[in-house]
Amino acid sequence: MAAATAASSNVLVALRGVGKAFPSGTLALAGLDLELRDGEFVSLLGPSGCGKSTALRIIAGLSEPSAGAVEWQAGKGGHGRIGFVFQEPTLMPWASVFNNVLLPFKLKGAPGGHAAERVTAALARVGLANFGGAYPRELSGGMRMRVSIARALVTEPALLLMDEPFAALDEITRFKLNNDLLQVWQTLRTTVAFVTHSVFESVYLSSRIVVMAARPGRVYAEVPIDAPYPRGQDFRTSAEYAALCRRTSAALAQAMAAGGEQ
Amino acid sequence: MKPHAAARENRDRVLRIALPVAVLALGLTAWEVVVRLDNIPPYVLPAPLLVLQTLVADRVLLLQSLLVTLTTTFEGFLLATVGGIGLAVLFNQSRLVEYSLYPYAVVLQVTPIIAIAPLLLVYLPQQTAVLVCAWIVAFFPVLANTTLGLRSVDRNLADLFSLYGAARGQVLMRLQLPSALPYMLAGLRIAGGLSLIGAVAAEIAAGSAGAGSGLAFRISEAQYRLNIPRMFAALLLLSVAGIAVFYLLSLVNYLALRRWHESALAAER
Repeated sequence: MAAATAASSNVLVALRGVGKAFPSGTLALAGLDLELRDGEFVSLLGPSGCGKSTALRIIAGLSEPSAGAVEWQAGKGGHGRIGFVFQEPTLMPWASVFNNVLLPFKLKGAPGGHAAERVTAALARVGLANFGGAYPRELSGGMRMRVSIARALVTEPALLLMDEPFAALDEITRFKLNNDLLQVWQTLRTTVAFVTHSVFESVYLSSRIVVMAARPGRVYAEVPIDAPYPRGQDFRTSAEYAALCRRTSAALAQAMAAGGEQ
Repeated sequence: MKPHAAARENRDRVLRIALPVAVLALGLTAWEVVVRLDNIPPYVLPAPLLVLQTLVADRVLLLQSLLVTLTTTFEGFLLATVGGIGLAVLFNQSRLVEYSLYPYAVVLQVTPIIAIAPLLLVYLPQQTAVLVCAWIVAFFPVLANTTLGLRSVDRNLADLFSLYGAARGQVLMRLQLPSALPYMLAGLRIAGGLSLIGAVAAEIAAGSAGAGSGLAFRISEAQYRLNIPRMFAALLLLSVAGIAVFYLLSLVNYLALRRWHESALAAER
């Protein structure tokens, strides 16, 4: 069912038959086909061990596939064109918030200059305009994650990869960050690949959910989420949302059955 | 903070200072009393007051010697810092260099300095030999700790750096060295005390050869002359110097880390 839509949309990056075997012999991925199209918000949903984080690392170029290929739309791949948000905020504790967000420019240089203004804008975008001088440990967990998102977006990347970024946060903070992330995404229209193991989070955020199965990691099913954006509290409490969650849960349950027992 | 918790913390702080001072006062008084009651001659055991008098009377001589020892200590410490951090960075950047040299760094570390010192005094001018001893003793903790620190980089941060195509030098300067700073400073704190020990050990060794003017030399000189009160006075100065070095480096540690590292944070949160 993916092929029909893929032809009509602009594919930003595609994984074709990607496999990944670790030196230990573990087969993390096998025959993974995945296309990310311009401007979509895709969640990779699956049980732990299904290789969703590995897939993300391969897209980012942090890990080499042992089989298959990663194909980028011309000129869109490479250093500085990808933003990455890890499960932990992954900030440099010795540097201020401002300098943390400035890091990508320090490493790559700011094309077109204005690095400082862009950092200020990125911080304002995540609601931390007044916290540039603070140090990471002076912030709450949610605020640190916002800094991490600001840093990933400061270079205005074509693709934003997020590896269970909100898993460690409490529910109230997570809901707030979900909303803010959607808002930022709608403003910037960056393509997002979001790894999660939460059905509810994936349905709320995504325009498409890719359900993965484990042993070896592969795509098991796709669930398009056609509900219009902007989404808010109304969507979260709607019957449509509940129905989509039920459908996605069923797909996940099947994927887990297909992947064998934990 | 709740008021009674604050009060308890205050009392705790007072006790932490008052108790050791009380123990010191008690010990010194007992010492003074025992020496006086038993009429112990000063060449066997001088009373604390006599030690203090000697310290005041010989202050010019002793302070000059202290300056000599402290200068050696400081130079040894500086060389250990530069050498330790430099070698650690070199080892970190080149596995071949690390494999080639690390065993010898360990050999230098595990051979007792007091056994190396006489040999060094044979081949080197005395002042240089003393300095080399201070360096040998002090550089290893800096090397070992910095090496550990350079490897203890947050792996996600390392990934982030490679995601943005960071060059090797950038990773070293912006990621590895800052990550290593707390480890490095812990190493320096040990090195400060050790370079004093190295300097003293070498001076003692040199002292028996008949030259030198450091504080440790004064101790062995006083020993030959049976000037026991001066031995105690010089020892007291050495202790104070050691404490000063330790607290000075602790202060540097605190100032460098207080804004970001767990080890330097106030308990309050």
